[in-house]
Amino acid sequence: MFDRDKWQEIFHTISKNKLRTFLTGFSVAWGIFMLMVLLGAGTGLQYGVKEQFKDTATNSLWVFSGQTSIPYDGLQPGRSVRFTNADYYWIANDLDGAEETSGRFYLGASEVVYGNEMGTFQIRTVHPGHQYIEKTITIEGRFLNEIDIREKRKVASIGTLVRDAIFPEGENPIGKYIQINGIPFKVIGIFEDEGGKNEQEILYLPLTTAQMVFNGNNQIDMYMFNISPGSSVAESKVIERKVREKMAEVHHFSVEDQRALRFWNNVEGFLQFQNLFDGIEAFIWLIGIMTIIAGIVGISNIMMIVVKERTKEIGIRKALGATPMSIIGLIIMESVLITSFSGYIGLVFGVGVIELANKFMPPSEFFGNPSIDFQVAITATIILIFAGTIAGLIPARKSASIKPIEALRDE
Amino acid sequence: MIKLQNIHKFYRMGKNKMHVLKGIDVEIKEGEMVSIMGSSGSGKSTLLNILGMLDNYDDGSYVLDGNTIRDLSETKAAQYRNKFLGFVFQSFNLISFKNAMENVALPLYYKKVNRKERNKLALEYLEKVGLKDWAGHLPNEMSGGQKQRVAIARALITNPKVLLADEPTGALDTKTSYEVMELLKQINKEGITVIIVTHENDIAEMTDRIIRLKDGVIVENKTAHV
Repeated sequence: MFDRDKWQEIFHTISKNKLRTFLTGFSVAWGIFMLMVLLGAGTGLQYGVKEQFKDTATNSLWVFSGQTSIPYDGLQPGRSVRFTNADYYWIANDLDGAEETSGRFYLGASEVVYGNEMGTFQIRTVHPGHQYIEKTITIEGRFLNEIDIREKRKVASIGTLVRDAIFPEGENPIGKYIQINGIPFKVIGIFEDEGGKNEQEILYLPLTTAQMVFNGNNQIDMYMFNISPGSSVAESKVIERKVREKMAEVHHFSVEDQRALRFWNNVEGFLQFQNLFDGIEAFIWLIGIMTIIAGIVGISNIMMIVVKERTKEIGIRKALGATPMSIIGLIIMESVLITSFSGYIGLVFGVGVIELANKFMPPSEFFGNPSIDFQVAITATIILIFAGTIAGLIPARKSASIKPIEALRDE
Repeated sequence: MIKLQNIHKFYRMGKNKMHVLKGIDVEIKEGEMVSIMGSSGSGKSTLLNILGMLDNYDDGSYVLDGNTIRDLSETKAAQYRNKFLGFVFQSFNLISFKNAMENVALPLYYKKVNRKERNKLALEYLEKVGLKDWAGHLPNEMSGGQKQRVAIARALITNPKVLLADEPTGALDTKTSYEVMELLKQINKEGITVIIVTHENDIAEMTDRIIRLKDGVIVENKTAHV
């Protein structure tokens, strides 16, 4: 099967039939090329969606208060539920399963001044656990700590974009005082966040300080906590239920009242996204398989024409003593050679296009970092080559079984 | 060399059965030069195809050089063709993308002769038919007579026992026809049995024996006056 003579015969045939060879090769190369581009685009899309989740811990639960909608214990519906520090401390100290915890007391957009520079930024007043839930990365100084909370210190951690906006270039903000709504706060740290621009245009203050300075009493607007990583949706639901029961008891509303207490469950949310990823992946595979099938049909078509065109040649060869096996061998080897070579070309071009896109296309919210799983690419190419062989086999067998006399009559 | 006994051949066309050969008895000795004549539809080409193992027969017996040829597998038939027979066709049947030398060498490829040896032999045979200088030319660069001579060289290269020629001069003018016949006669003198199918009397006259077919039976089997 691998003697040199046979290969010479095949190369000879190929080099003397350039157009036919090119057409066959092109359909294969195109199929592989399209598959590569699709797979690359698919991973890019997936990457983009995953990026959206990057700055929030996927094992966190966020709890928001709302208005009651069911009469309870003689009370009218429509009452607002207000969380207090006590609720937060129950979560932080008594709730089984809660790990890092933080409350939030809303200040909204506030004026921040340093020297002659001024800007309006979002203020988040939180507990130290917040940095783990929102994946805040402190790059200079420190984040808020327990002592800040306990002693209600007037300190702030600022985002890199806040620093760039109000501090002159080259000046170290750590230890400097900034005015927030007219009240001086000392900058203790600078942070980054993978969540993008919005997440770096904010300032973090200790929640207790903010309650004291900005007339918050013991009120908090919402709280959030992590549960142990890898918890299932069911486990997170059990914890949700515990929180709901406790809050219903403390704030006098029905446990069944969905509007009085709302959860944003990232465990569940991430699972939904995970399903979306799986969906995208399945879709890509579906398209990939369809493309391969289209490629196979293309190859079979061309092989069919090739064999038809060569009927007479096959007849001559048979009259000169070619066995059916040698005819099949000749056609198959030729098709394998052409498909593998052009498959490789398609692969190289496909990977090239993806690499170019990766280099020159700015990553957007929904798309970024397109790439090809090399193993998948190779597998697909091999499948296509294999299919091309099978596709060649059917007409080759048919032609080999033609009586030479019939083949020779074919004009 | 060749012994046919009571050969019958039918062609099935839909529900109709056409009886093409109705009991052919022929014996051809080694070294003979025989022509098979007949009008179109007489069954002469069918007979040649059966002789060439290009077609099967339905009844009777065919012995070639002591081997009974009956219901051969494709592979076996290919081997016998390669070993015993050389073919020359009316339409030459050269492979268009191969040059003269490569066309002549092709049967040896199927005999697993290595490339160098093949090409050397091919050149020798081309010289024999007077076309050594045309070795590198493609079939479409040659005249009909040249093509036929290439085809004859190709048929001879395996050193066959029998050369089967189906209207070898059918596509050639008279002068070239006679040249080709001269070549075939020369080959015959070297001991190769030659069987020619033709409908031209002057061509048939050049052979040792004429077998005349009509409607699937032999109507004449005479040794030509020498």
